[in-house]
Amino acid sequence: MECVLGVVGRDFAVVAADTSAVQSILVHKTDEDKVMVLDSHKLMGASGEPGDRVQFTEFIQKNLHLYQFRNTIPLSTAAAANFTRGELATALRKNPYMVNIILGGYDKDVGASLYYIDYIATLHKIDKGAFGYGSYFCLSLMDKLYHPDMTVEEAVDLVDKCIKEIRLRLVVAPQNFVIKIVDKDGAREYARRELVGHNAPVEAATTVAA
Amino acid sequence: MVGKNCFAIASDRRLGVQLQTIATDFQRVFKIHDKLYIGLSGLATDAQTLWVFRILDSFWYQRLVFRHKLYQLREERDMKPETFASLVSALLYEKRFGPYFCQPVIAGLGDNDEPFICTMDCIGAKELAKDFVVSGTASESLYGACESMYKPNMEPEELFETISQALQASVDRDCLSGWGGYVLIV
Repeated sequence: MECVLGVVGRDFAVVAADTSAVQSILVHKTDEDKVMVLDSHKLMGASGEPGDRVQFTEFIQKNLHLYQFRNTIPLSTAAAANFTRGELATALRKNPYMVNIILGGYDKDVGASLYYIDYIATLHKIDKGAFGYGSYFCLSLMDKLYHPDMTVEEAVDLVDKCIKEIRLRLVVAPQNFVIKIVDKDGAREYARRELVGHNAPVEAATTVAA
Repeated sequence: MVGKNCFAIASDRRLGVQLQTIATDFQRVFKIHDKLYIGLSGLATDAQTLWVFRILDSFWYQRLVFRHKLYQLREERDMKPETFASLVSALLYEKRFGPYFCQPVIAGLGDNDEPFICTMDCIGAKELAKDFVVSGTASESLYGACESMYKPNMEPEELFETISQALQASVDRDCLSGWGGYVLIV
């Protein structure tokens, strides 16, 4: 029931994911960060097999850092996306990684971009996208409400509407989400949306999904 | 589709995962050189791998464009469409027991601007034709539409109309294809 979603706005990209770590019927933790900051201007939201997710995203992050050390300049978002696809494609017919990725980044010359990379290494540049059962609810919401060049407030509002819909309509829905943003000032956490766990507001226990 | 000293190659624009549409601007017709194009239907990841790179057990990287550029350097000319078709066929048959799930459509202009088209299945069985070739989930519909709309020796403008109408009519009857089309005339 994991969800990752992403939206491109005016010179920024937003990547959001749920923060539940689930095994069978047990919720191990409700604050698992699934949107990795790859480098100063890249975000990689990943969902799928938990071991593969962590191992693969860390592998990509370290390889990006290695490139930067060796060549003194960072990889562009497009190059990072194609590198990621290449690694997934190579492993596909040997030992596949079961990880779906939304990769968002900002480059000075290109602006903000978002890439959809699924577990069988299909790569596509997108303006809006989502993975998981949540995507069945989010994609049509985004189709209706998205327009090019949204402001940060509009984009986060769209993400919030998607989160609200997932909480309401998905059986065994994840309650907590993390929203991260990448723009010319870098990649950083923008907000958390929490209904359960240590950091949830006290009223949340008695409030219907917001 | 073949015309008079020209060819047209067209594809739909949908990228989907079974019932879910992911994108409506996915391109699956790729340029090899000015007079040679390849369209790859089937699994998107394999279309991208064939287009981008392929790794053998001995870790040699090969790309369709890379292979063609190497050919250009060695032979000092562009590859003929027939030669390229044989290359793709060989590349696919190498994976006979673990194939790429792609059905290519190759279209090009050979010597004297003679149009050449062919298609093959996912393990490289070439099928040459003089009029039109099709592939994809809507291939049966496409055969029917092309057969009825095709005329030999069409000029580029008429060829464009014909291939567009044939594509649209066929994909409209297939839920996994559609969301517009790309048409290339050379």
